[in-house]
Amino acid sequence: MAVTAKTRLDAHTLRKDFPIFEQEFHGKPLAYLDSAASAQKPRQMLEAMVEFYETSYANVHRGVYELAERATEGLEAAREKVRAFLNAPAAREVIFVRNATEGINLVAYAWGLSNLGPGDVVLVTELEHHSNFVPWQYIAKRTGAEFRMIPLTETGELVLDGLDELVGSENLKVVALNLVSNALGTVNSIEPIVEWAHGRGAIVVCDAAQAAPHRAVDVQAIGCDFLAVSGHKMCGPSGIGAVWGQAELLERMEPFLLGGHMIRKVHADGTTWGDLPHKFEAGTAPMAEAVGFGAAIDYLNAAGLEAIEQHEHDLTAYALEQLSDIPGIRLFGPPPERRAGIVSFAFDDVHPHDVAQVLDWEGVAVRAGHHCCQPLMAKLGVAATTRASFYLYTIPEEIDRLVLGLHRVRKVFG
Amino acid sequence: MDQLYREIILDHYKNPRGHGVMENADATADGQNPLCGDEVSIYVSFGDDGETIDEVMFSGRGCAISQAATSMLTELVVGRKAADVAAMPKEQLLDELGIPLTPVRLKCAILGLSTLKLALHKGKGTPLPEEWAGVEELDLR
Repeated sequence: MAVTAKTRLDAHTLRKDFPIFEQEFHGKPLAYLDSAASAQKPRQMLEAMVEFYETSYANVHRGVYELAERATEGLEAAREKVRAFLNAPAAREVIFVRNATEGINLVAYAWGLSNLGPGDVVLVTELEHHSNFVPWQYIAKRTGAEFRMIPLTETGELVLDGLDELVGSENLKVVALNLVSNALGTVNSIEPIVEWAHGRGAIVVCDAAQAAPHRAVDVQAIGCDFLAVSGHKMCGPSGIGAVWGQAELLERMEPFLLGGHMIRKVHADGTTWGDLPHKFEAGTAPMAEAVGFGAAIDYLNAAGLEAIEQHEHDLTAYALEQLSDIPGIRLFGPPPERRAGIVSFAFDDVHPHDVAQVLDWEGVAVRAGHHCCQPLMAKLGVAATTRASFYLYTIPEEIDRLVLGLHRVRKVFG
Repeated sequence: MDQLYREIILDHYKNPRGHGVMENADATADGQNPLCGDEVSIYVSFGDDGETIDEVMFSGRGCAISQAATSMLTELVVGRKAADVAAMPKEQLLDELGIPLTPVRLKCAILGLSTLKLALHKGKGTPLPEEWAGVEELDLR
């Protein structure tokens, strides 16, 4: 549900923080409508990373000299920012990973391999990104567990009637789902699913990669057991993300990646693991990336998550209205009040690749493809769609240029 | 830039040659472009010598570039020997297309050709192109 923000966001002003918009493409200013794939970077975030490299850089944790301590402080301050952003109970429950995909793999391997077996059910949804689909499909196959999907309605919303029938008398062990669909923008109503899953003794793993950049995400309010985010979608650098998990689950889990830093004691005949979060952070951490991630969180907080959500809601409603007038267009996904800033569409006679190519000539960057959601595409009866997605720096003029570009597509392809 | 969708490309896209499913094909293969999810099936029939390509047909979905390139391909290889086509450099097809392609669109353009080479490999044992190296180990369904 869209919120009414106390303060409105001024995208025209925020845009000036993003150096990428100073460039032109094909002689035109950049209309970047692909933030769902990755967000652009504000100067404040980039400067925080440069400053860390220039003034505080050394390997973290083991050094006793002041510089190493400063680096460790930078990394741990970033962890605290992620904790606060997700309203997680403790910073030691926040594990830095490369991205949400790695976070979900961590859970699927480290929790799944020792908790799943024949007679167990792993439940995902037809709406999942491959990142929250393929790891579970694979681990279910490896352990002999059943892999099933919560189906979708015509408009791409989860069918919540009949969940019990989906599982039957088998042992539901894990429900993995996203908060917001990257392909359609569907905002999933997570609370009833968490309640149902917990009632059946299962854990809930949330992919918040597409939610966390755009709306407040509170792990305690959601009540899930694990939740993963990607920094690069949140105005942070690439190569950093986080997975949060309940401490008692993380403590009982086997490690995921092994090597330096994650150990307590290494003997010739065996090794014991370090405390949280170190047990899951083998090797040198992505330190500067974590610092950048923290600065990106500061940036989002300053803009205000409610204001971002409201801004994107307004843009989405505007885009859906404008796009519906284009001849031959097919719009996918739920109505604006139940969707995030993502609009997915297709033409019967023009392939999404060709749509995106013509739009590129207009300086409009959109994504064309299956959006890492091939099961969803099969359900929609298409191989691919064209997707426009919005963020805090998106302005209505960019949507107007998208619409103009689509008229040009119609002209090229007749 | 509009050259990409010049008239001949759009003509092949809208009126593809050799489009459809061939019953009783002598050789067939399926190809996918994992970037966009496009799929193509290629069907080949040979002449009496069992070596000369008599007809090539294709089915599946794809962008204008992949559909036009595959359509042109069906005309380009008729009357040629399987071994010749298996060794045909992709530049021959790209010359026929005659449009500048970015690396991503290049994959679209050669999907049909590499799938044809896979069909010839399966049907006639001709060498696989680089794109399909290790295909036996992959689950291409």
